Amino acid sequence: MRLSAGFRRFAGAWTVLVLVFLYVPLLFVVLNSFNSSRTFAFPPTGLTLNWWQAAAHNSGAWHALGATAIVGVCAAALALVLGTCAAFALQRYPVWGKQPISLLITMPITLPGIVTGIAMNTTFHSVLGWNLSLLTVIIAHTTFCVVVVFNNVQARLRRTGTNLQEASADLGASGFQTFRWVTFPQLRGALLAGGLLAFALSFDEIVVTEFTAGSTRTLPLWIFDNLFRPNQAPVINVVAAVLTVVAVVPVWIAQRYGDDEA
Amino acid sequence: MTSLVPTENLRAGRRSNRRPALRGYLLLLPPMAWLVIAYLGSMAVLLISAFWSVDSFTGQVVHVTTTGNFGAVFHDSLFRTVTLRTVGVALGVTVIDAVLAVPLALFMAKVAGPTMRIALMVAVTTPLWASYLVKAYAWRGLLAPNGPLDWITGGHSIGYGLPATVITLSYLWLPYMILPVYAAFTRVPHSMWEASADLGATSATTLRRIAAPLAFPGIAAGSIFTFSLSLGDYIAVQIVGGKTQLLGNVIYGQLVTANDQPLAAALSFVPLVVVLVYLFALRATGSLEQESR
Repeated sequence: MRLSAGFRRFAGAWTVLVLVFLYVPLLFVVLNSFNSSRTFAFPPTGLTLNWWQAAAHNSGAWHALGATAIVGVCAAALALVLGTCAAFALQRYPVWGKQPISLLITMPITLPGIVTGIAMNTTFHSVLGWNLSLLTVIIAHTTFCVVVVFNNVQARLRRTGTNLQEASADLGASGFQTFRWVTFPQLRGALLAGGLLAFALSFDEIVVTEFTAGSTRTLPLWIFDNLFRPNQAPVINVVAAVLTVVAVVPVWIAQRYGDDEA
Repeated sequence: MTSLVPTENLRAGRRSNRRPALRGYLLLLPPMAWLVIAYLGSMAVLLISAFWSVDSFTGQVVHVTTTGNFGAVFHDSLFRTVTLRTVGVALGVTVIDAVLAVPLALFMAKVAGPTMRIALMVAVTTPLWASYLVKAYAWRGLLAPNGPLDWITGGHSIGYGLPATVITLSYLWLPYMILPVYAAFTRVPHSMWEASADLGATSATTLRRIAAPLAFPGIAAGSIFTFSLSLGDYIAVQIVGGKTQLLGNVIYGQLVTANDQPLAAALSFVPLVVVLVYLFALRATGSLEQESR
């Protein structure tokens, strides 16, 4: 495109500035985890690994991590089933009401989390009389995770079309055989990307979680509990640094196994 | 003519195509059951509970129908002030993110080469995967007394408060704006941009007549996230907002601190209605249809 050199320079400089804006806070978090000062005065007076050692032995953080992982895996697995079913039905079958169904699937992620949180809190706790637990968190998370699987699978189904499925049927494959050998391999990347996104969404969720967790602590809830406690600050800094660095992993997986469309 | 495939197998294979609508509905059954029961059911409970009241002696929720909660939401000037402030913050965050995102997305889509484009894509997506709390916490640290911004500005950091909330929310949701705007720019072939230049348009004209209308559906799609997420947020506000209250904090306070679930339920219809109005307004501009194509 023939945009003027001046504009190109402006857009390039703007891009650099935005990237600095995006990364400086993250670098600061990582740097802070080595800051020897307990109050994290800036610039750091010295660097230490003490906080990393303390964090490694913090049982609260490990328990919360475990709970988060359980919720994330369960919610992602349920969302994979539900989202894939919905994507197939809407993309491959002449069902009625595609627009309102898509809308319903999208709603839980579009509307503010606090609304969903209070609604589910009231339903689970006050109306059904359940004890809030990991189970209620899983139910809540699955609800807003369905949409990411749905979007990924639907996009893939739209792109691949039905030619191969028809060819498989014409060659005498049963419905199951076609799914096992043709449809599933086509979908694998989209399912991986969708499942990963759902897990990440669940892993990071705090608002809906706070209203549905009761006394259960997921990692975000545990961090939030300890955020304002001065003597926990060093451990929080390390956990924050770890989460920042670990964020690279899904990006790497998505680059390697996902497709460009996702 | 002899068939290469036994006919009974052919029929078995084709059987899957029979009564396709029925199979579609069977597939829809689990996800729809889940969403209708767990989500719409909860939303219905929320609406109904907004008409309940709290016994002033016992503090227990009593199932006596009253419109008093909605009355309070409409008439209490505190709620009105907070609502206006929250909508202002959400719009401000959306505008800031759009301003930050558009030149960057244009650079990614139309100036950067293929390798640079992938690198930028990774660079923009990675912070999206970083934890929400960590990002808000990072701003708490940056803005802290004796923190880096205080150090750089010689003690004149803006500190915690409303501007800090706007900056933090803009930071949190920025990737949600960049990605759809970038997608909107890439969807249009290079030839269209070339044609604009061939017809004698200057860069400024091309940007105004070609780029701006293209960016708009992307901004609209991104703004659904920046606007809606800002409207319901109360965590970042607690972390960097100082004494500032947004709708989310007020709702949370009514539910948890004041223990008035029905009023919290009535109040939570404010962000719900604002988001729905916003979505309908976007729909009226036609930009959402273009985006979902």
